[in-house]
Amino acid sequence: MASFRGRSIVSIRDMSLEDLDMIVRTTEAVKGGKYSGFLRGKTVATLFFEPSTRTRLSFESAVCKGGGSVFGIADPAASSQSKGETFADSIRTVSGYCDVMVIRHPVEGAARMASELCSIPVINAGDGANQHPTQTFLDLFTIKEQLGRLSGLRVGMMGDLKYGRTVHSLTHALSMFGNELTFISPPTLKMPDHILAELQGTGLSFRTVDNLEDAAGAGLDILYVTRIQKERFGDPQEYGKVAGTYRIDRDTVRMLGEDIRIMHPLPRVDEIDEQVDATPNAIYFVQAHNGIPTRQALLGLVTGGIE
Amino acid sequence: MDRAYKVYSIENGTVIDHIPTPLALKVIRILGLENEGIMTIGIGFRSDKQPGGKDIVKVENRELSHDETNKIALIAPDATINIIKNGRVAEKRQIKLPEEVREIMSCPNPNCATNVLGASTHFLLEKGDRIIYRCRYCERATEVNADLLTSR
Ligand SMILES: [Zn+2]
Repeated sequence: MASFRGRSIVSIRDMSLEDLDMIVRTTEAVKGGKYSGFLRGKTVATLFFEPSTRTRLSFESAVCKGGGSVFGIADPAASSQSKGETFADSIRTVSGYCDVMVIRHPVEGAARMASELCSIPVINAGDGANQHPTQTFLDLFTIKEQLGRLSGLRVGMMGDLKYGRTVHSLTHALSMFGNELTFISPPTLKMPDHILAELQGTGLSFRTVDNLEDAAGAGLDILYVTRIQKERFGDPQEYGKVAGTYRIDRDTVRMLGEDIRIMHPLPRVDEIDEQVDATPNAIYFVQAHNGIPTRQALLGLVTGGIE
Repeated sequence: MDRAYKVYSIENGTVIDHIPTPLALKVIRILGLENEGIMTIGIGFRSDKQPGGKDIVKVENRELSHDETNKIALIAPDATINIIKNGRVAEKRQIKLPEEVREIMSCPNPNCATNVLGASTHFLLEKGDRIIYRCRYCERATEVNADLLTSR
């Protein structure tokens, strides 16, 4: 069995199928109330070199629920980095104050670098456009919880597939389990070729379409929606047109199939109509809440509080 | 004309031949040999196999290791290596791409920890037909080119 004690969680690329399975099963047990106090006596530092209130609070809540204590920086302007201390020195120093370090940083590879600079486990809470592994774990757990399995599923991914690290990591993970993916995006925001190339030869089959209507016949079990950001478009009119096309309301849900589950990493702007919220199709709030047991499970595993 | 081979012959050391012109100096930098004793460098010889010409580097009194000579494959995959002992070719060596590359290659991603936070570069060879290395930090895949390869 995979052991997580002392291990840093930096990238989905470091994870074996067994690892992902272990994280999902542990999350299940944590959510079911199997463990309590597994972080007692442990101190967790949350170092957010770029603000992300939602992710930080989710980690801090997870620490409290596990009975641990937490401190950190929420705002890079308040950190000693702004006084000129190097990133490496900050990490070496803080690693002496805590048992686990949770890091978010705008630079890609910052969490990997931190994990090499100290001997305590580092959890990546987002490094620029690169990785955000706990988002992927909570997505996987939600799929398992809501659909009962992680393989043999038809999953649609919609929105900004070019820049969205969330969909890239989830695609990578789903390819390991063997699933069928449909990528739905405007041509300018389609899944990058280098990711499609990586998918060749994995257990995943995929196709690419540029509108929801073309995905309708696919019998999707899940539609994973992501935000299309205005900044990706030079022309606001062009953005308006695109955003209107990739929008989910009750009619599009009906078109896609009454059993489809809609996921979204949140926050959303208007890509999912609020009418959908109350339907059994909407699982994005459950998904967001699953961030807590997922992060509890991970913290428990890397500290050895959960074996 | 066999003038191509009138580069000083050496008694002991390593001869790197069939380097595409003008990469001889780059090869020396990749190997970190700038200050490592006597070397003879020949640039721009005619070659049937290499229409753009070839360079030769002879490193005296130093038998390069496999790890060292494999680095040459990053920019000169067709280079040939001869280890010379007592004026004779003691070993004809094949080179292959290194599984990992540290320090000598830089990451093209400007927002990578190696470019912003001072991490030393570290790339891993990807499986597959194309020559692609993935940065261990930002995780971007990159095709090798001579411009990314520098001195230590
Ligand atoms: Zn990089």
